[in-house]
Formats: sequence, C-alpha cells, structure tokens
Amino acid sequence: MAATSRAQVLDLYRAMLRESKHFNAYNYRMYAVRRIRDAFRENKNVKDPVEIQNLVNKAKRDLEIIRRQSE
Amino acid sequence: MLLRAAWRRAVSAVTAAAGSRPATPSRGLRLRVVDHAPQSAVHSDAAPEAEPVLRPLYMDVQATTPLDPRVLDAMLPYLINFYGNAHSRTHAYGWESEAAMERARQQVASLIGADPREIIFTSGATESNNIAIKELEAAIQPDTSLVSVMTVNNEIGVKQPIAEIGRICSSRKVYFHTDAAQAVGKIPLDVNDMKIDLMSISGHKIYGPKGVGAIYIRRRPRVRVEALQSGGGQERGMRSGTVPTPLVVGLGAACEVAQQEMEYDHERISKLAERLIEKITKSLPDVVMNGDPKHHYPGCINLSFAYVEGESLLMALKDVALSSGSACTSASLEPSYVLRAIGTDEDLAHSSIRFGIGRFTTEEEVDYTAEKCIQHVKRLREMSPLWEMVQDGIDLKSIKWTQH
Repeated sequence: MAATSRAQVLDLYRAMLRESKHFNAYNYRMYAVRRIRDAFRENKNVKDPVEIQNLVNKAKRDLEIIRRQSE
Repeated sequence: MLLRAAWRRAVSAVTAAAGSRPATPSRGLRLRVVDHAPQSAVHSDAAPEAEPVLRPLYMDVQATTPLDPRVLDAMLPYLINFYGNAHSRTHAYGWESEAAMERARQQVASLIGADPREIIFTSGATESNNIAIKELEAAIQPDTSLVSVMTVNNEIGVKQPIAEIGRICSSRKVYFHTDAAQAVGKIPLDVNDMKIDLMSISGHKIYGPKGVGAIYIRRRPRVRVEALQSGGGQERGMRSGTVPTPLVVGLGAACEVAQQEMEYDHERISKLAERLIEKITKSLPDVVMNGDPKHHYPGCINLSFAYVEGESLLMALKDVALSSGSACTSASLEPSYVLRAIGTDEDLAHSSIRFGIGRFTTEEEVDYTAEKCIQHVKRLREMSPLWEMVQDGIDLKSIKWTQH
C-alpha cells in the first residue's frame, strides 16, 4: 500500500470534521470537532511513515465510530 | 451556527432581564443548549414533538460522567450479537465473550500499572470498597490493620499524598486501600510506585458505563480478601456472579481512552478551571475555595459564597446541573462532612457549590456558568439582611443573637 499522502490526510481530516458535525448531543459534537483539530495539529510534524500510517489507521477507525453514532 | 445563535439570543435575553427579579422563571430560559431531539423514524405531522429539546448544562461530573462515544462503540457488539456468557466454556459465544472480558481486564490493569490477574470486576466502587474493608475481618494477625484513603476527594477535589501514605504503610506492614474512583484515568496512578495494596475503581466516573467497577488486589505480597457474594466461583472466587461482558468491555475501553487522553484532558480541564475561578472571584467578593489549592485536582471546584444559601443558589442556577457536596449525601440537609472536617465555618459550609469540569465541558459552558453564578449571587446577596449588615461594617461574629 502506498504511503499516505498529504492529500489523503487532509481528506480524512475534512471527512472527520464533517461527520462530527452530525452528532446530536452538543457536548459530543463540540468535543469531536475540537479533539480532531487538536490531534491533527499536534501530529502535523510527524515524519516517520510507519507512525503516520498508524495514526491514519487510528483516525480511520475513529471516523467509523463517529459515523456509527452521529445521526 | 444554530447553536451559537440560539445561545447568544438567550444570553442577551438573560442579561436584559438581570435588573428585574423574575417572578416565576420562564421555562424557555431554563435551558441553555439546543440538543436536537432524536428524530423519530416516522416523520409525523405532529410538529410540536419535533421542536428541539433544551436541557441544562452539565457541570456535575463528580456525580457521574457521560459515556465517551468510543466506549459505547466498544460495548455495542456485546449488546447486540456477541451476547454469550463469558463463563460458558463449550462454545464460541462463551469464548469470544471471555476474550473480550480478558482484554478489558488488561486495559484496566495497564492504566494503573497492575497485572491483569490482580483485577476483579465488581458492580462498582462501592462494592469494591466493601470487599476491601471486609478484608479487616479476614485478617489473621491481631495487629493487622488497613488504611483506607480516597485518592481524589469527590467534594472538594483534594489529592491525597498517596505515594507518601503507601510508603509509610508498606514500612509498617499495614494494608493500604484507596478509593480511586475520582482519580483513575485523570491523574497518573501506579500501584507499585505508590505501594497500593487495594484499589477501588468506578466505571461511571471515567466516562464508562454505570453498574460496573473493579477492585485491584495485590498479588505480591498476597493480599487476602473475603468474598462478599458467594456463588459459582467466578473472578477467582472473590466475586461470584456472571461478569457482565458489555459493561466490563465498556470499563476497559474507558480505561484505555483515559490513558490516551489523560494529558490532553488534564491540560484542558486545568485551563477551564482557572478560567471559571478567575471569572467568579474577579466579580464577586467573599468567595472561598474549599480544599488545599496546591494539592488539588482541577476538575472539581468547590466554592463557598458567603452570605448566600447554597440550596437557593443551586435552585437559581436552574440552567446548570450542579451540586453542593456529594450526590451520596444530597438528600440530607446537613452540611457536608468533608467541609466540616476541613474546618469550614458552619455558615460557609451551607453555601458551598461544587463545579465539575470534565472531558466534554466547553469554554462556552464555563463562561455561561460563571456569568449566571455571578448574577445570582449578587441578586441573592442584595436580598440578604446579613449582607446588608456586612456592607454597613458590622462584624457578624460580634453579634449576640437573642432568643425570642
């Protein structure tokens, strides 16, 4: 599998923020948006491709969680 | 956008009405946050049901916490398809349920630096506390005793010097139990560094489900406990009864999430706590923060507002879910035993409010709570004859109240 590109990470970021806005509950919605922004910002300088892939995989799993729970 | 607009409208309505004293608080102002009511499957023509339902802000995390979405996600499969009994040895339903239970056990153990064999699942921290205390009766040596201390107090948020106490207990060969319900996942805990022998863990204080907890029981050196409930011998005979897989999976997931989020949450909560305290103390005189400020968990703020009765302030702050003291004692009218123990004056103890800041608390909620609090304390003080006397320079302690 090709290494995750910057574009893919940004797509993932946008998708996560988009889905988070569908949370019914105010507290979950605000937390999700805030946490996603802060997490991507915190990790923006990671260089190791293995670590990047791990983070991306975790983000994809979290995206699925958000999709399942936000109506 | 809708949320912010609705909130701003309501805030301006409130501040406009601040001057006058509302006879009966209107129901519309009671609620702060626009939570969309769950959309029903059938889109009926009955429009009133589709209105957004507003509910108070939640600032009472010491009483209980909402489920973290990641925890709910971990629990769902075990509430739907994977419903086997974890102790069924003969089929896949049992095996997969057992695997989930053991995974959860590992997650709990890893958060506190323990071995999974030292974690016994219970129905909550209360049951764990009872098991630990009953250990006293199971002791053989006449001089064996037990020290039991809360890691973080649930009313005033004070952190006890656990490592120090652990060291002393270990050197005197005394068992050391701590109720870590409010501390697990919020401050770093290591049962080996802190020489803890027994620890109670509660699920619903760490964004996990209600009805589950765990007790950590040290294996080396072995700590013997007596089982509270007997039956089929589950959980190494220390706690019989089918282990509720969905609940323990939730507890495990909550512990894992807590381990990952501890630093981020602590930093955020500290900032929000500072913000709340600063806003309130800047605008109001005679506010006392209960509990040692140096050894304090930031998410639990207990403030006493002099010359204001705590219950009336709580009722005035209808839009915010708050508490004075602990939920365990909220039904009684006595002031908190914790405040009395730290030497708070009777009158200040009656005016204490506990503000809880958690993982999901927002800056807007903190600002709103501070503003409402300031507004209502001022209003209640205006009505208080005691406050009037203080303003006139009378020293209340010098008054000789006469009998009628």
